[in-house]
Amino acid sequence: MDFDRAMRHPVFMPRLVRHRPLPNPFHREAFMAKSIISVKDLTKTYGNGFQALKGVSLDIEEGEILALLGPNGAGKTTLISIICGIVNPSGGTVLAGGHDVVRDFRETRAIIGLVPQELTTDQFETVWNTVSFSRGVHGRSPDPAYIEKVLRDLSLWDKKDFMLRQLSGGMKRRVLIAKALSHEPRVLFLDEPTAGVDVNLRKDMWQVVSRLRREGVTIILTTHYIEEAEEIADRVGVIDGGKLLLVEDKVTLMKKLGKKQLILELVEPLENLPEALSGHALHIENKGSQLVYDYDGDDQASRIAPLLQAVSAAGIAFRDVSTRQSSLEDIFVSLIGERA
Amino acid sequence: MNWQAMKSIYLFEMARTRRTLLQSVVSPVLSTSLYFIVFGSAIGSRIQSIEGVSYGSFITPGLIMLSLLTLCISNGSFGIYFPKFTGTIYEILSSPIAMPEIVGGYVGAAATKGLIVGLIILITAWFFVDVSIAHPVMMVTFFVLTAVTFSLFGFIIGIWATNFEQLSLIPSLVIPPLTFLGGCFYSINMLPPFWQTVSHFNPVLYLVSGFRWSFYGIADVNPWISLATITFFLVLCLGLVNWIFRSGYRLKS
Repeated sequence: MDFDRAMRHPVFMPRLVRHRPLPNPFHREAFMAKSIISVKDLTKTYGNGFQALKGVSLDIEEGEILALLGPNGAGKTTLISIICGIVNPSGGTVLAGGHDVVRDFRETRAIIGLVPQELTTDQFETVWNTVSFSRGVHGRSPDPAYIEKVLRDLSLWDKKDFMLRQLSGGMKRRVLIAKALSHEPRVLFLDEPTAGVDVNLRKDMWQVVSRLRREGVTIILTTHYIEEAEEIADRVGVIDGGKLLLVEDKVTLMKKLGKKQLILELVEPLENLPEALSGHALHIENKGSQLVYDYDGDDQASRIAPLLQAVSAAGIAFRDVSTRQSSLEDIFVSLIGERA
Repeated sequence: MNWQAMKSIYLFEMARTRRTLLQSVVSPVLSTSLYFIVFGSAIGSRIQSIEGVSYGSFITPGLIMLSLLTLCISNGSFGIYFPKFTGTIYEILSSPIAMPEIVGGYVGAAATKGLIVGLIILITAWFFVDVSIAHPVMMVTFFVLTAVTFSLFGFIIGIWATNFEQLSLIPSLVIPPLTFLGGCFYSINMLPPFWQTVSHFNPVLYLVSGFRWSFYGIADVNPWISLATITFFLVLCLGLVNWIFRSGYRLKS
C-alpha cells in the first residue's frame, strides 16, 4: 500500500504522540508499567435482573493487544460498553488513563475509540461527513489532513463521498473503524470487528491493527475467531458467565494449558506396550498403529531424544513422526467446557 | 463545556435539513399558505374584524405559533430518536460530552429550523394580509422561547419513544387539539363562558395570546402571564432533561 509508506513520514508521527505526556523521570511510578485501563470488581445487573458481570477485575497495559474471548452472552460487550460509557456500571470502578470513567468521563472518553459490534451507521450520510462528525463530537477541532490519512489507511479514500447505504457491510465496518480513529484515541475497543467480514478484509483489518499497535495504541478486541486472537493478541482474557476466568500472556497460556503430542506411525501394529517402554508416558492409539507421547510445554521436550532411542532399542520400527499441538481454541473449549 | 462537540452536532443536524429541504421547509410554508387562502381570504372576507384587526391579520400570529409548535416538536423528537433507532447514539454516549452539549446541539438545531420556517411564514403572510408588529422585542422573545421550549419538549418525546408510533403519538394526538383550541383562529371571547374557562387550562392559549399581543396589542390573557407560562414550561422541560441525563433513562441501561 502506498499509504503505508506515506504514513511513516515524520509529518504524521508527532501527531500520534503529542497528547501523550512524557513520564516524569523524578517520579518513581514513571518507570513502572502503568495500566491504561484498570477495571476493579466491576458488576452489572440489568433492569430485567440479568447479571451480566459478576465482579470483573482486569488491568490493561498501555500498548498491548488484549483479546477477550467468550461465548455469546458472556459479558464481553457489557464490559466494553461500561468502559466506553454506554452502559452504567452497577458496582466497582473503571479507570482509563488514571481517570474514573463515570466521574471524569470527559477525560476518559476523549482517549477511547469504540468500534461497536453492530453496523450502526447514518445511512444517508457520506463517509467523509460521518467520520468528520465523529472527530468533532469528541471535541477535537477539524483536521482534514488527519481524516484523509485515516480514510486512506483503511482504503476508504475513494469512497469518501459515497453515502453509507451505498457501501457493502465490510466497507461499513471500515467506516466504523475510521470513526473510532477520527479523534486519535490512545485506546481502541473493537467489538467483534471481523464478524461477517470476508477473508481479505479481515487480513486488511489485522494489518491496520498491527500498524496501530506500532503507533502505540492499546487495542482491546473481542472475537469469536480464536485463531485470530492466537495470531494477533499479546494477552488473552477468557470471559464466561460474567466472570473473567483468566487473563494470561498468550505464549504462557499456550504453554500452561496447551498439550503437545509426539506421534509415531508404526510399521507393525503393537498390541501392548513393551515392558521396556513403560517408564515413559506413552500410549497406543489407532488399533496399535500409533505410539503417542504426551508432553506439556517445553520443559519435557528434552526427553524426546532418549524416548526415541528407547523405542528403537525395543525393536519398534516407525515410518513417520509427527507432532500435534493444541490450539487456543482447544484450550478455550476445555476451559468453557469445564465450567459447563 | 465541549463547544466543538456541540457545534458538530448542531451543524450535522442542520446539514440533515438541507437534504430534506422539501419536507422541512417547503411543506410547512405550503400548508400555511393554504390556511391563508382558505381562512384569510375565502372565509376571512365574510368574517368581521376582531377587536379592530382584520381576520386575516388576526390569525397570522396563531398560524406562526401553530407551525412553530408542530415543527419544533417534530424536529426535536426526530433529531434524537433517529440515532436511537439506527443505533448511532452509541457514538454520542461514548463521546466526552454531557447533557449541555447534546441538548445544545440537537435542541439548538431543532429550534433554529423552527425559527427559520416561522420567519418564512411571517414573510409569506405579508403577501396575503397586513401585518404589523407593535412590540418587536416581546415578539422575538416569545418567538425564540417557544421554539426552544417546544424543541426541548420534542427532544424529551424523542428519548421517551421506543417506536415510531409513540414518536408520533403526542405530536399527532395531543398537539393539534391544543393548538386548534388554543385560539389560533379565533379570540376566546367568541366562545361560550364554559368553554372560555376550559380554554384557560390550555397552555397553548397563553402562547398564542401573548404572541398576538406582541403584534397587535390585543390579548385574551395578560401577556406577562403568557411569558410566565412559557418560561415555566421551559424550566419544567429543562428539569426533565436534566433528570433523564442523570438517570440514563431510555439512553443507558
